[in-house]
Amino acid sequence: MSVSVQEADFDAGAEIAALSAGREDVGAVASFVGLVRADKQAEKVGAGDTAPVQAMTLEHYPGMTEKALEAIAAEARGRWDIFGVRVIHRVGRLLPGDRIVLVAVASAHRGEAFAACEFIMDYLKTRAPFWKKEETAAGGRWVDARESDDHAAGRWERD
Amino acid sequence: MTVSNVLCFFLPMNVKILFFAGLREALGTASESLALPAGVVTVGALRDQLAARGEPWVALANMKNLRVAVNQQMVGLDAPLKAGDEVAFFPPVTGG
Repeated sequence: MSVSVQEADFDAGAEIAALSAGREDVGAVASFVGLVRADKQAEKVGAGDTAPVQAMTLEHYPGMTEKALEAIAAEARGRWDIFGVRVIHRVGRLLPGDRIVLVAVASAHRGEAFAACEFIMDYLKTRAPFWKKEETAAGGRWVDARESDDHAAGRWERD
Repeated sequence: MTVSNVLCFFLPMNVKILFFAGLREALGTASESLALPAGVVTVGALRDQLAARGEPWVALANMKNLRVAVNQQMVGLDAPLKAGDEVAFFPPVTGG
């Protein structure tokens, strides 16, 4: 199973090791781990809206989430010569410093692994049905989607 | 749950509608099963039908960048709708 949506934490080292376990053709594993940040949301405006994030709750669309992640991983396999993909995304309530997401890609050379890993993250950010709600001293607020994420995903669009 | 309730819920002429995140909170509900009204053949028409209920449902019409999925695939508001479909309305996604 290359895609998991779960409340539990994950062991990035073990997941990376598993991608090349028992094979000698893997020359590169690129990985990305996303974490909950507590820093002040300086780009946001409004009184009380710059309070540090105390916790974050991730909601998702059970069923569609897994399908969307599988489709993104399959798209990456179609675009690059990669041997293995592992995506883990956590849901539920998380605290600053907690791991949210892991994307790891194994290939023969670093170019494919780096590109596919970045592609999967960019598409996950704009196509997988997850929503973040931040908790601060001022209350809860749903995180707004960022235009920069759309631009990042748009770089991979094909004619 | 009675047999008739079960039958009603799974009646194939119904659509299952889901709401997520801020939209779910604004509407105060996560899902409903609705008999597809006559003439409602697109996702956009269903959205308009729901928004016509008044507050708080007008949020569906007023929301910028409303996203829609039919049978767990992202689609546009012009996507066709048929009985038995699962339709989801939600804000732009913010995972990762």
